[in-house]
Amino acid sequence: MKTATKDLLRLATVGSVDDGKSTLIGRLLVDTRQLFDDQLDAVQAASEKRGVGDLDLSFVTDGLRAEREQGITIDVAYRYATTPNRKFIIADCPGHVQYTRNMATGASTADLALVVLDVASGLKEQTRRHLCIAALLGVRSIIVAANKMDAVNWDESAYNKVVEQINTIASELDIASVKVIPVSALIGDNVVERSANSPWYNGQTVIEALETSDAGAWAGTQDGARLPIQWVLRQNGGGRTYAGMLCGHTIKVGDKVTLLPQGVETTVKAITNAAGPTSEAGVGLSIDIDLEAETDAGRGDMIATAPLPTVSKEITATICWFGDKPLASGQRLRLKHTSNVTPVRIAAINGVVDIETLMIEDADSLTTNQIGLATLQTADPIVVDDYREGRVTGSFVLIDEVTNATVAAGMVGRASFF
Amino acid sequence: MSTTPMQTPKSASHLDLLESHAIFILREVAAECERPVLLFSGGKDSAVLLHLAKKAFAPQQLPFPVMHIDTGQNFKEVLDFRDAAAAKARARLIVAKVQDSIDQGKVADPGPMGVRNRLQSVTLLDAINDNKFDAAFGGARRDEDKARAKERILSFRDAFGQWDPRAQRPELWQLYQGKVNSGEHLRAFPLSDWTELDVWEYIARENMELPSIYFAHQRHVVLRDNMWLAVGEWVVPSSDENIEVRTVRFRTVGDANLTGAVDSDADTIEKIIDEISIANVSERGATRADDRFSETAMEDRKREGYF
Repeated sequence: MKTATKDLLRLATVGSVDDGKSTLIGRLLVDTRQLFDDQLDAVQAASEKRGVGDLDLSFVTDGLRAEREQGITIDVAYRYATTPNRKFIIADCPGHVQYTRNMATGASTADLALVVLDVASGLKEQTRRHLCIAALLGVRSIIVAANKMDAVNWDESAYNKVVEQINTIASELDIASVKVIPVSALIGDNVVERSANSPWYNGQTVIEALETSDAGAWAGTQDGARLPIQWVLRQNGGGRTYAGMLCGHTIKVGDKVTLLPQGVETTVKAITNAAGPTSEAGVGLSIDIDLEAETDAGRGDMIATAPLPTVSKEITATICWFGDKPLASGQRLRLKHTSNVTPVRIAAINGVVDIETLMIEDADSLTTNQIGLATLQTADPIVVDDYREGRVTGSFVLIDEVTNATVAAGMVGRASFF
Repeated sequence: MSTTPMQTPKSASHLDLLESHAIFILREVAAECERPVLLFSGGKDSAVLLHLAKKAFAPQQLPFPVMHIDTGQNFKEVLDFRDAAAAKARARLIVAKVQDSIDQGKVADPGPMGVRNRLQSVTLLDAINDNKFDAAFGGARRDEDKARAKERILSFRDAFGQWDPRAQRPELWQLYQGKVNSGEHLRAFPLSDWTELDVWEYIARENMELPSIYFAHQRHVVLRDNMWLAVGEWVVPSSDENIEVRTVRFRTVGDANLTGAVDSDADTIEKIIDEISIANVSERGATRADDRFSETAMEDRKREGYF
């Protein structure tokens, strides 16, 4: 039996339509032998049926009827790969602008973005837009596949031009780690197998870059631990323990904590994780906490260690608006933040982001797929961190009161790059 | 849990993180929805789901019942396991029968040996309606099928029980929001990001019990559509079919007339993990006739309200 100790890396693909995102993921899965024979046979049959050649690798992830008919990706496809030390969760995201909400869905939990672009056309506006959203969502590490190198005869200068463009936008967007790899997803060069066509390139292949990137970045590393209370468990002896998923920082028995928004200071008496009692718990784990003080806490409250988050009924935030009708001040919605749902009113729209220039322009409303800044007032106090400090405690969604649809992604504070 | 020795802190493995994520989803849906239910067939994925649900709410009882949609064509070993596991979890078990839907004239009777797979959707939606459930947990995984690979963890169903793959709710971060209007419901899939191998590694780690048919055993089988089907009440061989006794196991568990056995000597969890680590064929591809009807068989059934 093989050892089960692997870590977990979540990645999202980013790129414009037809630059070959789905083909690259297909190639990655085929060449690392993640696909079964019957799945490959099905891809081959679907390719033949639509007259698109022997094996259209994009059919590996474009699983919906409409996607195959139109040859586009509509929604995120989740795929999985394992190498001896790592499990990968791959969110293959759509490139079309009208499916930006689906791209944001895939990128919101990603540790890194795998950017795919056509080396002949370079950085397109849609790729730039998606990179901006990924960076806004907190992705700080990107691997760029400069794809279709075979179509430019493996011209090093074409690759260098892409490197230059990527370095410029990465520094604009505060992306810390950038690797640009010359590939041909179609023939499989530099994806898993090293290419003989690029003797001038000595860097990593795509799979090597994926295997050596930092995992677990999305759960956030900040100095304070945060446990948003999801559920109160009544113990057999009569005590109460508070259950939730830990984020921000590890927590230990004996740590001084504050229950918020009540402001009660106490100490961690005991911690239980899925395997039983433990002296310490790490981020991303579901745990139960037993506090020294008798407290009356419930769902929506938060247990935190210093430095403490902010308790407020008014927040300023960055909003990605997905609703069909514009978002304007005065509008009422519901806000879900950690385990808390509360009515919210848009107090003001403070501007809209021009994706091309990364400048804030005056606006009094946001239209579909626009990104803007807003001030929101909540009915109940919420316990928040700035999004750049903590992706879990700094994020929220807005919900339509009538349809219950999720109409916006919100991030407390604003990015440094606009 | 107080008798368990204190653990030594170590970094979280992929199984720890998958387990914690699933527990998070179970708690979140239980908190946000009025009347959830856990769909439990007795198969390995739903057994893992029930195991996780017990952990999520221990030492309390499950805050929701479990429900099986019984086609009437299930393996007896699996039904026995279903009853025992539900009792052990102190869970209320609801069994909704496809036969009742047939008797009420809601679906056409496919005959004594006919395929009932697709009829389950009607029974399932009726049971959800009758019990006013607003959320149903399922053990489906995204690695099982290309349509499932596209589905959200909390997946919205309209008043007709339909899934609209072109208009799914955005699902950002882990902000799962479970609000629905009367008559609508959610499907929640806590095992979305698990693969077949993850499930088996977890079963091994947790030392879980499973129905015996997952392990290699001798059985009378007949070859149909390139699958070994177990000879029994719903698979009666014709005169030109050869009955063989083979050492087989089931990689998935569905209706007896749709689920093929695979040749296997794997009689322990460890041997099963070794076997699937080197398998050439996917679990559903190897063993499920219900997925072979067309290229988009799963998407088409899911649109109608299937699991």
